Amino acid sequence: MLTRLGPPLTIFLLTGPLLFGLAGTLLPAFGFLPVLGGMEFTLRHFEALFDAPAIWASAGISLAAGLLTAATSLLVVMVFVAAWAGTPLFARIQHMVSPLLSLPHAAAAFALAFLIAPSGLLARLISPELTGWHRPPDLLIVHDPMGLAMMAGLVAKEIPFLMLMTLAALPQARAVETRRLTTALGYGRVAGFVYGTWPIVYRQIRLPVFAVIAFATSVVDVAVILGPTRPAPLAVRLVEWMSDPELSFRYLASAGAVLQLAVTGVALASWLALEKLAAALTRRAAGRGRRLRRDALARYAALMGMLASALAVFAGLAALAVWSFAGLWQFPDVLPQNLTLKSWVRTLPRTAEPLLTTLLVGLAATFIAAVLAILCLMREDETGRRAGQGALALIYLPLVVPQVAFIFGLQFLLIMGDLLATLPALILAHLVFVMPYAYLSLKDPWRAFDKRYDWLAAGLGKSRWQRFFHVRLPMMLRAILTLLAIGFSVSVGLYLPTVLIGAGRLTTITTEAVALASGGNPRIIGVYAFFQMLLPATGFAVATLVPALIFRRFHGMRV
Amino acid sequence: MLDSLREKGLVLDGVCIRLGGRVLVSLTRAVAPGEVLTVMGPSGAGKSTLLAYIGGFLDPAFTGAGKVLIGGQDITGQPAETRRAGILFQDPLLFPHMSVAGNLLFAIPEALTSRDERRARAEEALAGVGLAGMGGRDPATLSGGQRARVALARVLLSGPRMLLLDEPFSKLDQELRQQTRELVFAKARESRLPVLLVTHDPADARAAGGDVITIEA
Repeated sequence: MLTRLGPPLTIFLLTGPLLFGLAGTLLPAFGFLPVLGGMEFTLRHFEALFDAPAIWASAGISLAAGLLTAATSLLVVMVFVAAWAGTPLFARIQHMVSPLLSLPHAAAAFALAFLIAPSGLLARLISPELTGWHRPPDLLIVHDPMGLAMMAGLVAKEIPFLMLMTLAALPQARAVETRRLTTALGYGRVAGFVYGTWPIVYRQIRLPVFAVIAFATSVVDVAVILGPTRPAPLAVRLVEWMSDPELSFRYLASAGAVLQLAVTGVALASWLALEKLAAALTRRAAGRGRRLRRDALARYAALMGMLASALAVFAGLAALAVWSFAGLWQFPDVLPQNLTLKSWVRTLPRTAEPLLTTLLVGLAATFIAAVLAILCLMREDETGRRAGQGALALIYLPLVVPQVAFIFGLQFLLIMGDLLATLPALILAHLVFVMPYAYLSLKDPWRAFDKRYDWLAAGLGKSRWQRFFHVRLPMMLRAILTLLAIGFSVSVGLYLPTVLIGAGRLTTITTEAVALASGGNPRIIGVYAFFQMLLPATGFAVATLVPALIFRRFHGMRV
Repeated sequence: MLDSLREKGLVLDGVCIRLGGRVLVSLTRAVAPGEVLTVMGPSGAGKSTLLAYIGGFLDPAFTGAGKVLIGGQDITGQPAETRRAGILFQDPLLFPHMSVAGNLLFAIPEALTSRDERRARAEEALAGVGLAGMGGRDPATLSGGQRARVALARVLLSGPRMLLLDEPFSKLDQELRQQTRELVFAKARESRLPVLLVTHDPADARAAGGDVITIEA
């Protein structure tokens, strides 16, 4: 009975906020906003939008960010996996990169910012000997007008994500056998992989790639920390308009959100065209039998890309950690003159409330998502029908629609219901983004479970819920805790939904950290970045240690 | 004869399992308490789906029809957990997160509430399969033959009304297979349980000693 409710409830909780939110964004864009007295259809707000200074430049940056971020990260991952899969080096780098997955985007962006800024760690390492700089040069490295720093920050975060998705898809593509075959036919490692394995892998990671494009075209937190400012990417300007005390700006923001939808749509459509082009080129090369055996350059370039993106984030995080303890730290000293706890003592009391909100919202949203995911999967078992491509696309929907486009509308609706900045509303908003990851992470382990255990327990006279709590749950504890850790890390990292639905009254570690970006005080940012790292990492530590501890006596429960 | 069967035995009345439009298994049979009915056939012929139908966990991809009666009671529509159909698979499938005793205690019906009595029952069952004193062990540390015997003890402890055997000996080596077979059939006779054995090994069928049905692929 309960399981019957799973799928419809999940679909409602996922698409409800999305559809109502989109409606709530579209209506004001065309002049309907009863709260502010807007009652008639008009295109005035779009005219105002197109008159806004440099609006097309903003849209262009967003479009370019989406396509370049996705293309770069995907290319690095593809060539890296092609060139190094199965080697000891691959396993080591995989281990190095995977913790980055749980790091909030904002933390990675801060790390990069404090590494490459004119006063950052890199400049200090080479100054003044190589550069002659005795004070930070007046260079726009961070916030560069072309958005390169922002794209680099996004790439550093999307590489681990696409890497994980690719690794999950590899076994089905029979990568090892294919490599042996293509090598025997005389193909280079990269070429053999791209011709033989990648088409099958790519089909499975397509939706995640779309999610990367949608996210990068509409990102706010990374753009605020690393992105260009004059003009800023579209989504950043929309959020500024939305938070403007002058309420009539909301019409403009809503019209802008429609433009954002279009930008993301154009990015996705361009990507589809690029896919076709790449497939045609690959087919042609394969048809001509191009062996491409001399691929060392590509192989090492991909390795460098992988290493550089990960090491940059780690080095930046280390720099931030030092900053949080730094006393006087003059340029171009590599280390501070003295260490102090002052930043921590001053900042910690202020972190208590955001920390509590982060925990409450993260745990609640993740727990609900886990229950829903389990109910959906139990229902799949009962009906014997797996969620099809349609349902899967539905689950990805909140990840493929730009966040601003429906969170704006959701905010209007919540204002009307007097629910804005309440915990339940914030939990619901987080659930929309946590749910997809919860379902996707549990789906494969759930289906891999040997159902005969369940039948056997039924034969022993155990009811459905007894079977679930005594057999399935303990045996799948590791997978379920991993789901919780992933969901929690997603929630901790959520910026835009938290800012808009929390409306400044409910803040999390991430929104507080991003709010500090403009002040640029690395000591305080260091403290917040620490918590941004700590919370998801704790989740994953719990997911690893708890099952190991509970089942320490049982060999069969080890991985 | 037929009356006593209706009272205690397992009756399959017009059981027919289909996949799509294709009939996999179709049979009407009665199995008396302590007797074994062997169903033989190549793998993929639908032998296991027959057990799944009787046990109440037929995959929704299949359609099953016909009545299953045990001790005169029609259990066809009942959920799996109330049918009391004990099952042994190819693998012993001991729960890896419970000790040997934990596996056995899990099987004992809830009606027996006394903790001490439950423990005594479990220990007695262990001794009954020649594993006295092994209750504290992690199932992963047992040998293949020991695991098979714990699985047998576990299913018997649950107070089943029939035994469904899904090639339970096929993964054991020759000598162990012989011993385990004898033990299982002896226990089933002792408990006067009707047994349905599914196998592709003619030696299993011979050792079972009852009727044999062969189904085609």
